[in-house]
Amino acid sequence: MAEIAIAVVVNGESREAMVEPRLTLADFLRDECRSTGTHLGCEHGVCGACTVLVDGAAVRSCLMFAAQAHRAVVTTIEGIRGPDGELTAVQRAFRDAHGLQCGFCTPGFIVSMTAFLRDNSKPSDQQIREALSGNLCRCTGYQGIICAVRLAANAAVVT
Amino acid sequence: MKPPAFEYHAPASIDEAVTLLAGLGDGAKVLAGGQSLVPLLSLRLAYFDHLVDVGRIAELRGIRNEPESVLVGAATVDAEIERDGELAKRVPLLARVTPFIGHFQIRNRGTVGGSIAHADPAAEYPAVARALDAEMEVASPNGRRRVTAREFFRGFWTTALERDELLVSVRFPVWHGRCGFGVREFARRHGDFAIAGAVVAVQLGADDRIERCAIGLFGLGSSPVRATAAEEAALGAAPDLATGEIGRLAVTPLGDVPSDLHGSARYRRRVGAAMVERALNDAIGEATRG
Repeated sequence: MAEIAIAVVVNGESREAMVEPRLTLADFLRDECRSTGTHLGCEHGVCGACTVLVDGAAVRSCLMFAAQAHRAVVTTIEGIRGPDGELTAVQRAFRDAHGLQCGFCTPGFIVSMTAFLRDNSKPSDQQIREALSGNLCRCTGYQGIICAVRLAANAAVVT
Repeated sequence: MKPPAFEYHAPASIDEAVTLLAGLGDGAKVLAGGQSLVPLLSLRLAYFDHLVDVGRIAELRGIRNEPESVLVGAATVDAEIERDGELAKRVPLLARVTPFIGHFQIRNRGTVGGSIAHADPAAEYPAVARALDAEMEVASPNGRRRVTAREFFRGFWTTALERDELLVSVRFPVWHGRCGFGVREFARRHGDFAIAGAVVAVQLGADDRIERCAIGLFGLGSSPVRATAAEEAALGAAPDLATGEIGRLAVTPLGDVPSDLHGSARYRRRVGAAMVERALNDAIGEATRG
């Protein structure tokens, strides 16, 4: 199968590559860009662990081919950090509220909630729960995660 | 798993896309947002030699207001529908079903035309198209044609689209006057496929009676269904009609209600009747207040 030439910006770095058409964006990020914080749980769009930002929108990188990301700006968990290189408010809140245990699903949650809170800085509890429905966690039972998102939302309102 | 190998094509225009589809023949499939197609490929439930990605065709995107309808480009993403305040006023059903589709990450990629062309019987947009008598505009190398929703949906994942045809846009009629709309869906978790769902539109006449009624069902057959017997029973009735009876009438004629581990056909009928009843109550309530 003919390879496709793509140009993508990943975490601020311009990349050009030849990719097989069936290569998913998730595999491109992990194998070509070595951005292995993008985790693959299910590889068919259910678990949300592979969520990344494509042109600012949170998407499942396993449900997108690398070829479709041509000329896009992609941000993975590695690209989510505070201006000083430290944790963002969302990341701090997940740490402080015990929003993770084994951590496998955490990159997807952080990326998703970073986009969600950017677009909705004062969410209701119901909105938080609905926004979290696209990410699965097998450890926490979700209560810590819900608290973390609430904490991050409140922190954003204060600062 | 990883999707099976295919050749990738990214046409820049509708003409280029349909020429490709015609030339590639049976082994080609249109790739829109990919939120249904890519899982099918990854699970190896489907194989295609060629994928024609319509995501780079600018003329397929956008929402255009017409005097009596709203024209939605086939590649317009669900998230755009969700954000459009004007659309929420002009075609409330379309706006109100959108939050039920998957999760926000899915709605950032999934498209209106993709959902309708995929024709999943449990999906929301096909049911709205069916309820409102939307019209699909379809392109092929031979030109354009329009297909009514009634003609378009043929069965499970099956539509009137020919192999060299591309869904270009969907025209949703605007209802005027004293109208109300209701959307009810039951799923085990938010974003899951509906076990059963109903979309309802009603219009009240000057005498306060129901002058117009449309009921679309999803998750209750091999295609999105129009509950015509129930609609007819509601016509001419006062707003305090027995909506539970309309719900029962909506599911009685259904012949191919699915039965699976999420629920038996009998259970789905009961849930479906309840969804119609509640959506109708919501719609009548809104029409009465408005």
